[in-house]
Amino acid sequence: MTEPAARLAGVTHRYGRVTALDALTLDIPAGRMIGVIGPDGVGKSTLLALVAGVRRIQQGEVHALGGDLSVKAEREARRGRIAYMPQGLGRNLYPTLSVFENIDFHARLFGQDAAERRRRIDELLQATGLDPFEARPAAKLSGGMKQKLSLCCALIHDPDLLVLDEPTTGVDPLSRGQFWDLIDSIRARRPGMSVIVATAYMEEAERFDWLVAMDDGRAIATGAPAELRARTGEATLEAAFVALLPEAKRAQHRAVEPRPRVAADDATPAIEAEGLTRRFGDFVAVDHVSFRIGRGEIFGFLGSNGCGKSTTMKMLTGLLPASEGVAKLFGRPLAADDMETRRNVGYMSQSFSLYSELTVRQNLRLHAELYHLPDAEIPVRIGELLNRFDLAEAAEARPDALPLGIRQRLQLAVAVLHRPAMLILDEPTSGVDPIARDSFWRTLIDLSRDDGVTIFLSTHFMNEAQRCDRISFMHAGKVLAVGTPDELVAARGAATLEEAFIADLKEAAGIADGAVPAPAQAAIREPETAPRAEKRFDPRRLWACARRETMELLRDPIRLSFAFLGPLILMLAFGFGISFDVENLKFAAYDQDNSMESRQLAEAFSSSRYFSEQPPLRSASELDERLKSGELTLAIEIPPSFGRDLMSARRPEVSVWLDGAMPFRAETTRGYVTALATQYAQTLSADRAASSHAETPVSIETRFRYNQDFRSANAMVPSVIMLMLIVIPAIMSAIGVVREKETGSIANFRSTPISRFEFLFGKQLPYIAVAMASFVLLVVIALTVFDVPIKGSVWVLALATLLYVAATTGFGQLISSFTRTQVSAVFATAILSIIPAVNFSGLMAPVASLSGGGRLIGMSLPPAWYQPVSVGVFTKGLGIAELWTNLAMLALFFLLFLAVAQLGLRKQEA
Amino acid sequence: MRRLLIHLGNIGHLIVKELRSIRADPVMLLLVVYAFSVAVYTVATGVKLEARDLTIGVVDEDRSELSRTLLGAFGPPLFKVARVIPASAIDAEMDAGRLVFVLEIPPNFQADLMAGRRTGLQLNIDATAMTQAGNGSVYIQQIIAQEIARATAGREATSTTPVDVVVRARFNPNLDSGWFSSVMQILNNVTLLTIVLTGAALIREREQGTVEHLLVMPVTAVEIMLAKMAANGLVILVAALASLTLVVEWWLGVPVAGSLALFAFGAAIYAFTVAALGILLGTLATTMGQFGLLAIPVFVVTQLLSGATTPMESMPVWLQWTMRLISPTPHFVALAQGVLYRGAGLDVVWPEIAKIVAIGGAYFAFALVRFRKVIFA
Repeated sequence: MTEPAARLAGVTHRYGRVTALDALTLDIPAGRMIGVIGPDGVGKSTLLALVAGVRRIQQGEVHALGGDLSVKAEREARRGRIAYMPQGLGRNLYPTLSVFENIDFHARLFGQDAAERRRRIDELLQATGLDPFEARPAAKLSGGMKQKLSLCCALIHDPDLLVLDEPTTGVDPLSRGQFWDLIDSIRARRPGMSVIVATAYMEEAERFDWLVAMDDGRAIATGAPAELRARTGEATLEAAFVALLPEAKRAQHRAVEPRPRVAADDATPAIEAEGLTRRFGDFVAVDHVSFRIGRGEIFGFLGSNGCGKSTTMKMLTGLLPASEGVAKLFGRPLAADDMETRRNVGYMSQSFSLYSELTVRQNLRLHAELYHLPDAEIPVRIGELLNRFDLAEAAEARPDALPLGIRQRLQLAVAVLHRPAMLILDEPTSGVDPIARDSFWRTLIDLSRDDGVTIFLSTHFMNEAQRCDRISFMHAGKVLAVGTPDELVAARGAATLEEAFIADLKEAAGIADGAVPAPAQAAIREPETAPRAEKRFDPRRLWACARRETMELLRDPIRLSFAFLGPLILMLAFGFGISFDVENLKFAAYDQDNSMESRQLAEAFSSSRYFSEQPPLRSASELDERLKSGELTLAIEIPPSFGRDLMSARRPEVSVWLDGAMPFRAETTRGYVTALATQYAQTLSADRAASSHAETPVSIETRFRYNQDFRSANAMVPSVIMLMLIVIPAIMSAIGVVREKETGSIANFRSTPISRFEFLFGKQLPYIAVAMASFVLLVVIALTVFDVPIKGSVWVLALATLLYVAATTGFGQLISSFTRTQVSAVFATAILSIIPAVNFSGLMAPVASLSGGGRLIGMSLPPAWYQPVSVGVFTKGLGIAELWTNLAMLALFFLLFLAVAQLGLRKQEA
Repeated sequence: MRRLLIHLGNIGHLIVKELRSIRADPVMLLLVVYAFSVAVYTVATGVKLEARDLTIGVVDEDRSELSRTLLGAFGPPLFKVARVIPASAIDAEMDAGRLVFVLEIPPNFQADLMAGRRTGLQLNIDATAMTQAGNGSVYIQQIIAQEIARATAGREATSTTPVDVVVRARFNPNLDSGWFSSVMQILNNVTLLTIVLTGAALIREREQGTVEHLLVMPVTAVEIMLAKMAANGLVILVAALASLTLVVEWWLGVPVAGSLALFAFGAAIYAFTVAALGILLGTLATTMGQFGLLAIPVFVVTQLLSGATTPMESMPVWLQWTMRLISPTPHFVALAQGVLYRGAGLDVVWPEIAKIVAIGGAYFAFALVRFRKVIFA
């Protein structure tokens, strides 16, 4: 043990004004099981992330496995030897991928070949007992199974240092035990491996080799659990930890003293469930559950992950309708819109469900208002809760900047805010540190015993279950046993409640499907000693990434079908709908003359195919009105003496009024009117046969090139292809990176040797493929439905399209790597792609005639370069000789976007 | 009465919450500001749908005084580029789209003309530039006719037509397309941003699980939905009105003919309608990825087939009716054009408002049904 697993010297880390680590200096010994313990928000996660190399070092030195992690080369070289499992249940898993595919993806990231992958995955699955569930999607696993799967992913490359951030938080006791047995057996085979674990469970810390007790960004004690206990003279580690805290904090802590319950006067049970059942399709989540909870009682729900606890609680809050059975609260059957009942209930869901964009105080205030607390009372009540739940310091912070434990406290504060007569709390203390948990329990006991509040909660902590008046064990949707903790222990003849519980669970599970695996006896191989040279670019990693993204896309049929249907519908709508042919112009004549000549003139208009005649006008004000209302586009005003003047060659004036609201239409109309007037004049001249030769000897021959019959479709369809192939592909790829940031699987990118290029380009590939497929579809529609032939080289068009969609999907990824939420990514992509593509890319007006900012914006994005290719190949018959500059520009955009996107994506978190 | 007050109170509190959520995302706010300022300005000044800023090339094989006069007549603002090119360059220039028009003047053109011999010019037009080809060629022919008439005036008396047809454009006398496109861009922004903002607000609540928390509180689904629609619609409405007065009227100098208050009233109803559409789409999609793919085509169709880009009358009749039936946008575009350009009053535009309300009501009802079904399922 000469070389420590990790060594920190003077490490300080801040998030804004908050100091997470404060000049921490620590040597973490190698080859051991290290526990990091301490309250929430003391810097445990930051410490782990720094050691794993996924967070950027701000100040101080961090060495891991003998390498200085501030040096990029050394960090990258260690990447393949460190494994990191972030906080949260299954945070780094891909929910739609199966168990096998999740591990397989990680294996591919480490460049393992097919045979090796299969062998390793089989071993890991056997060892963790996940082998029967190989094909199950990760989203459908219970919390304990998810954590085991995450562990498999972490262990796939035989790491020398395994960093686990609260791996068992929110996991039931049975699975938790299995998880640690698994780690032990792996360590037995690989004694050289160091494991660093952060945990909130003191019972777990008891079994570790060496502990780091942390408080306020500092290590307050290190040593073996026994050592810490001996030093403080306490019997349990939990007590020892409290004793180690500085005086001021210790003073806050008081032991929880359960008080006996005084039976309520009212005999009506607070909660009454009778045969409550909930089905999701074929799956029975809750199976005829019945129980009664008396007023003021603290009732605990214990059970494995996914046994139906949360579903039962949701049915009692009215969030989920029951498929069968009756639930009554305070003797009243539950109704969906019963506001009175809602006011009487405080609910806390298992996952954080408050607004992360509001501050702690704003969240409390919103709830106070919605529960109609009197205005004057609101600030008082909020102040009270901030104190009671020790949230005062975090009052102005947003929840997403706070550690899990503090967020849980906020949820609790919100649940009790309106002083409900009943609390339904789904794993309220999961992830909360022991001290805060005790203080919370004191509050619960006060509420129950002093105010008669009924409390129904679920928990994975046995010492909490012990404090309940009654508890029930649940498994696979059924209640196994109900009673006081002592009764349940006695019934099993067990020594502790945990034993009784695990025995009950095992029995139930054994009967159910024998799914509980025997702890790992399977072989975990000796470490392979072959040197792992990490290449800077490895096509296998690129492929792993592309493959995974493709699978996720294929598993989301809605997204996939939109990707094809969207362009299809749009193409049809536009091909038929967008037309610059101006026709059916509504016109009316205000004929004040009503002579034969004037009627002839009006007829000249109505006989034109461009105009459609409306009822005639009778007054000048009517002319005004009807133009104003948009009913007329065109009005002709013929003066009273028109016929006479005309006959006497006095050149009468005819006024034509156009609706100028739509200038393009008005201008075209003006052209039509001018032509009509000329024609009318010629007819008149011919009729009178008295004209001098006004004919000019010059003929102007107009040649409409490329589109002889001047069809809108010939010009629009190729431009619409341009529009479709930026809007849809960019929106699709814009989600890619930012989604991983939101769900947390970005951690895999940070903690494995995959490079930014491999990650980005790999994710881009499937979207390029989808876009090319939709291009083929669009071309087929152009050829068949719209009869727009391709005059030039199809291959040039295909090549240009490939470059174009590579650039447009790259554009989406560029936005994705710089934004933080999917919402802003979609928003930004929509605005930044649609406006230029519609306006500045040749769809409306040729780019060459644009000026100023519009032209600049147009030229600096790919659509303006692709549109001439699309139109050129379709209608002008152009080839590579004329278009190579456009192709080159598109290629350049692709490379540029890819390069800049890499800048926005960091291998380490700030 | 008391219950109504409670409902309104709840909606009020939820609106404040929504507004805070919007404020918390600076990227989004920045994009809203961009869309309503810079984007409106560049679209209004950069894109000319009318025949303006045309590009023309002249192949001058005559090299006479007249041919030079003709070249000189192709000046701004109608023309952006007018340059002499050799005959061999015609294809390349037109293929690349650098020139939309090329006029070929044959040798001895002036001499033939003066001698009264028949002669001809050839005008090549890139017919793929739909918005410019038709109108542009009309103008070019007029210019040529004028110049030739002037050149031959000494030789022959100018003939006059028997009727003097005076064409005047109302509401936009110079037919400046910036007047049109600036306001239409604001309308497009209202549609796009309201749909995306409202829908995304719902998706975010669903993805983060916060809607679950809302639903255990004493608030109803209708309150939640109305608050979302009102808050997001309000933000966009304020931005749109600010854009109309600051960017369109003040920066671009476009006169607004009608009542701003009437437009604001119509826009508020419209914003509410598209907000309901946003909610509806937000209930149809379950993730942001799906929402983006659903919302964008919906938006692009409503925008491009609304009369805000190309004239409604140019569309096939069945499509016109379909769009007018399913989308509120054509009615809002008609309303905006009526009020802002033609100065129409409520007496003229009330049918459009009624139609928007009817379509909005249908959207709202459908969205509410979906909202309850999806959130409570």
